[in-house]
Amino acid sequence: MQVDPRHRFDNFVVGSANRLAVAAARAVAESPGAVYNPLFIYSSSGLGKTHLMGAIGNHVSGRAESLDIEYVSLDDFVEQLHAAIASGEGERFKQRYQRVDVLLIDDMQFLTGRRETQTELLRLLNAMQGSGRQIVMSSDRPPAEIADVDERLITRLSGGLIVDIGTPDFETRIAIMRAKCEERGVKFWPGVIEELGRLEFRNVRELQGALNRLIAFQTLGGEQIRPEDVLTVLGDLPEARSVAREESPGAPKENEFQSFLTDVASAVAQHVESWKARVAEAIAYWTGEGYRTTQLERLLQESAPPTNWESLLRGFGATVERLKALEQQATEVDGALGGDDVFRDPERLREAEVLLDRALAGATPPPGPSAAFTRQGFEVSSSNQLAVRAADDIVAAPGKRYSPLFIHGPSGVGKTHLLNAIGNELVDGSGGASAVACVSAQLFMDELIEALQDGTVERWRARYRSADALLIDDVQFVAGKERTQEELFHVFNSLHSEGKQLVFCSDRLPRELDGLEDRLRSRFEGGLVVEMQSPDRALREKLYARYLAATEHEPGPELLSYLAERSAASVREIIGIVNRLVAAADVAGAPLTLSVARAELDPDSSAAARPTTPVVARAAADTFFLDDEKVVWEWTDASTRMMEELK
Amino acid sequence: MSLVNYATREITCKIVYYGPGRSGKTTNLHYIYGQVPEERKGKMVSLATQTDRTLFFDFLPLDLGTISGFTTKFQLYTVPGQVYYQTTRKLVLQGADGVVFVADSQARQLEENIESFQDLHANLAEQGIDARGVPLVIQYNKQDLPRELILTPNELNDALNFRGVPEFGADALHGPGVFETLRSISELVLKRLSQPTR
Repeated sequence: MQVDPRHRFDNFVVGSANRLAVAAARAVAESPGAVYNPLFIYSSSGLGKTHLMGAIGNHVSGRAESLDIEYVSLDDFVEQLHAAIASGEGERFKQRYQRVDVLLIDDMQFLTGRRETQTELLRLLNAMQGSGRQIVMSSDRPPAEIADVDERLITRLSGGLIVDIGTPDFETRIAIMRAKCEERGVKFWPGVIEELGRLEFRNVRELQGALNRLIAFQTLGGEQIRPEDVLTVLGDLPEARSVAREESPGAPKENEFQSFLTDVASAVAQHVESWKARVAEAIAYWTGEGYRTTQLERLLQESAPPTNWESLLRGFGATVERLKALEQQATEVDGALGGDDVFRDPERLREAEVLLDRALAGATPPPGPSAAFTRQGFEVSSSNQLAVRAADDIVAAPGKRYSPLFIHGPSGVGKTHLLNAIGNELVDGSGGASAVACVSAQLFMDELIEALQDGTVERWRARYRSADALLIDDVQFVAGKERTQEELFHVFNSLHSEGKQLVFCSDRLPRELDGLEDRLRSRFEGGLVVEMQSPDRALREKLYARYLAATEHEPGPELLSYLAERSAASVREIIGIVNRLVAAADVAGAPLTLSVARAELDPDSSAAARPTTPVVARAAADTFFLDDEKVVWEWTDASTRMMEELK
Repeated sequence: MSLVNYATREITCKIVYYGPGRSGKTTNLHYIYGQVPEERKGKMVSLATQTDRTLFFDFLPLDLGTISGFTTKFQLYTVPGQVYYQTTRKLVLQGADGVVFVADSQARQLEENIESFQDLHANLAEQGIDARGVPLVIQYNKQDLPRELILTPNELNDALNFRGVPEFGADALHGPGVFETLRSISELVLKRLSQPTR
């Protein structure tokens, strides 16, 4: 349906009774969809609803021709809908209306009882409002008074701005009539229009009818009407009759409350900024969900909308989502953490993250150093003193001097001992507060694989990242293991950036480790790389003295110097030799002397008899097994064994 | 008392009708009550003495329904005008978002008007409120009485309206001026919505 081109704002006479409606309509026409959506205009008939709707339509199309404007009365809408459904083109009908940018619907009061139209309209309104397109409706009564209409639709209709147009007051009536006369080129004697204006017409249409009558009378009669003739000319109109009785000044005016309500509505609409309402909505929602909304409440204190308020709202939502995720993870680790305050306050997101990290780390702390390895029990000599001095420096100032410290050397020279000793010292130095992760690369990798299987990599990672120091033994094992190196790389970076101490042990130099990624190699080499060599003579002497002292045998100086002269590749070998000697002495039932030692260690050059079988076995066992538990020392005699087999 | 609660999407305005005894405050409320459509009528609470003077206060809740998404409620109160109900007046005045001062236009009541107007300011000051910041309108009631008995709004303005707040002549018994007054104070009060929340 076409909008009547005669309906324009410039020929709509504005008075106190319709000022608000016109202002709202203008605002809507200036920026469709941005303010008062939907706009609902109501008034009794003949007061200008249709004119106002037409004016909106004409104004919009004059400004933006590309916009699709649809003016339709509700009856037409219903008819179109029925026709569309009857011809099976319901979908096309919907699509057609969904393309409309400004939808003007007249005579909404006919919605009463039309269920399917209501449903369709509700859907359409939702779609249009959702995409910021303008809806203007008019009716002869406010939405709440249209009988038998779906409650949801009523709230939709009332959601924007509801304005009414009242009966024009005296001045407006005069203005309307003057405008009409001008339009038609008619001139009355002064006072005639005023006389007509004194009549209380219920609406403008009737007023116009009366004016037409005067115009006709004047043009046809060829005689100018005088003011006092007006009542005679209009004599048979009821309004003209009623005017005769003087209106009592105190008679209550109709609808005072209604117009008060309209005023309040416009004041509220004017003063409650929509952005604040949106923020308030968000606050109400998130408060209801149990989240603290201080951040948003501060926003409400602003007198002007901050330019980024929408993104702030979105950001708030995102933070809450993050908090939810954190809380869920934390609850999985420790049920008691669920509902913790930090998970309810977006301003404490960082705290929540820390809390989760702690929870993850605390649930299963990374392996610590073994208490069996102490710094006191570690003998120092020139072959390992550089490493030991570096270790002592680290303990004095963790993370400050050599981080990472990379210790390499052949197997059995004490790297593990020193590593664990550093760990223990770090723990002791902090009064037990430091979380020192001391782990072999093999275990590190096994844990990672397990975490990958369980899908708990995050937690595993957090454990190591929360450590105050990371000490990894046998780091050569990570060579060629891509994923482990990847994880180690990240843990390394995270700890290193926080100034945490890192120590690695390996049997080779970083550059000799085939399959070690360059990024790790360069990082290992970035700290201090020290070597621990096979024990030299001085260290050997110290070690022999110490290990023999631990037995019942007090070694003489010649024995010590004899033993120290013999080269040993590692501390482990020295321990093995001590064990052999002690066993030999026990077997011989003699104290451990130089000659016993010679006989045991250099049988060829010694005159002593060949050791008895058990001793040989022990010697062999020392070489191959090193572990007492894995060797059967006592064999039962052959006959008993035979009996066992027969049984 | 907060005027607008964004969280619950409620707007609550407390408007107090203040003035000397017998100036027509309760009459104002009665007239408004009479205009409220049946379905919106709450219960008007009036605690009157046997001689029909307001003993404690009148309370008229006006539920204006949902406006721009806000549940809007107006609460209209009157204070007892008689001098000796000072305590009740103070209580009622607490948390008022706006005040309507209903003056008696009768010439012989001028002193009472001035006294009551000063009392209003004193009570506000006692509550630590700067009277200049409180939305206020003045109503010169009983303008329907014979000319010789009353002062004109202009004369009353000289005596009372030194701040130049909106003023209305009224005939509360029959209605003229009642809604104009209410509308004006509502507008002033609602204007505060766009100011930073207190």
